[in-house]
Amino acid sequence: MAQMKFMCDAERCIECNGCVTACKNANDVEWGIQRRRVVTLNDGEADEMSISVACMHCDDAPCMAVCPTDCFYKTDDGIVLHDKDLCIGCGYCLYACPFGAPQFPKQNAFGERGKMDKCTFCAGGPADSKEEEYAKYGSNRIAEGKLPLCAEMCSTKALLAGNAQDVADIFRQRVVHRGHKDGAWSNNPQASTDNLAYDAARKG
Amino acid sequence: MTVMTAQASTRAPSINTGWVRYLWRMAMLLVLVVFSLGVSQVAVAQADPEREMITAAPGISADQWRQVRSGDTSSNYRDSRHDSNYSLINASGETWRILRNRWVSPFGLIAVFGMASLIALFYLIVGRKELEAPRTGKKILRWPLLMRSLHWSMATLFIVLALTGMNLLYGKFIFRPLFGDAIWGAMISASKVSHNYLGPLFAILLIIMLVSVVKKNIPRKHDLEWLKQAGGLLKKGQHPDAGFSNAGEKVWFWLLATVGLALVISGFVLDFPNWGQSRDTMQWANIIHAVCGLGLTAVSLGHIYIGTLGMEGSIEGMTTGYVDETWAKEHHSLWYEEVKDQAITEEEVAARKAGDGHSEPSATRTS
Repeated sequence: MAQMKFMCDAERCIECNGCVTACKNANDVEWGIQRRRVVTLNDGEADEMSISVACMHCDDAPCMAVCPTDCFYKTDDGIVLHDKDLCIGCGYCLYACPFGAPQFPKQNAFGERGKMDKCTFCAGGPADSKEEEYAKYGSNRIAEGKLPLCAEMCSTKALLAGNAQDVADIFRQRVVHRGHKDGAWSNNPQASTDNLAYDAARKG
Repeated sequence: MTVMTAQASTRAPSINTGWVRYLWRMAMLLVLVVFSLGVSQVAVAQADPEREMITAAPGISADQWRQVRSGDTSSNYRDSRHDSNYSLINASGETWRILRNRWVSPFGLIAVFGMASLIALFYLIVGRKELEAPRTGKKILRWPLLMRSLHWSMATLFIVLALTGMNLLYGKFIFRPLFGDAIWGAMISASKVSHNYLGPLFAILLIIMLVSVVKKNIPRKHDLEWLKQAGGLLKKGQHPDAGFSNAGEKVWFWLLATVGLALVISGFVLDFPNWGQSRDTMQWANIIHAVCGLGLTAVSLGHIYIGTLGMEGSIEGMTTGYVDETWAKEHHSLWYEEVKDQAITEEEVAARKAGDGHSEPSATRTS
């Protein structure tokens, strides 16, 4: 089974927000919610950097760990999904999430937030019918053998989605090409024995 | 184009030689410029790829990742999400998770169940505190109707809030596997809704309660002696002096006035996300709320025990409003001295209650 991961190459992201738009379009996301966001640091300065971020489908997902209803589950592909029928909108997943991924349609008195919504890696969610699934969670592209639309549509291929090993390989090749001495894996004891990294160090 | 016109001009010898020379020079210059452009482009293509990368796409440095982790949202921070004030990485989320899951959850359970077992053990070993002297049959008003209704409303709310709150923290480990998703879903949803809507009601009643009994709970010198003797709970026949409230009740009052208020305030922070408080504020409010809530739940077990099982005659004060003269003399000696002339017979109590209620004094005298 694959282990699905997103990765955003900060050196490639050009802050075009194509991923945000693609996601909203693919999943028909509720008004006011953006499952994916693009963050820019030091905007307008020499060291400006942009990153597209959404649910990163953590291995040890904090949202899962703190959810009072236990509505989260992990698919065989390592995708973190949640059951909107169980969600009570307490907001705990939002407190815990490192990426600000969980969002709520409302933010009213007495903790009335509505059902949490977040990126599903375009893998839908638990529902009785396809229509219900689409209405609640958006499209299920994974079931159709497709990857998330945000990454598919990224114009600079900064945003990568797919099996963790494939994503890592692509990124490592890029970094090697850019000439980092340790082939991108800083502090990784394996870096010295890694062929690509070794070549890079020689050629650099 | 310019080059072509220059070449054309060389085929016109009739023109003034100075002009010809000038045009020749221009033509040569242009050819040189065009040629040099080509050469320089080749030079660029052969430049150090590392240098090119530095100019073309500046590498992301460790400093920038440190900046990300710091939760920076300074003036040049942009988030494409509408109205978002979230930093790129919510580093404090992990702190909150560890505090909640590894500290508050287990130690809260230890506090509540530890307290329950201690009380059970105490009951089995020491047992109920009975009245030493026989009842005189005469009654003294301790809690008027208004205070009794306030107390029982708060007690009901407290129990509902404690149970729903604990369900939010521990329920998923017990009831989800036990009942299945359909019942569990309804159960946890009801817990959250009732907790969120009843909480503010409890807060209002708590403040009314604190204000109405604060005068009776000012610490006095004799309270120290009471605490030293543990209220006489351990020894038969031991009854340290106490006013209307003994030191134990005063401790409970001041716990409610401090921890209880912290509980209520942090509850409001969590319950009204529409006030615009940040995610970080709510993380801390959640920890404070859980610690205070579980702590008070543990202590409340002691309060409930002493008011019901643990001591003969106590519950009467909160149900009928009246306590027996003997009970007052033994447990609240100083208060009894003040109000002993107000003692009435059971028939008189019944007559008072049968009346329209106006004859019942609205407040007792304070010690």
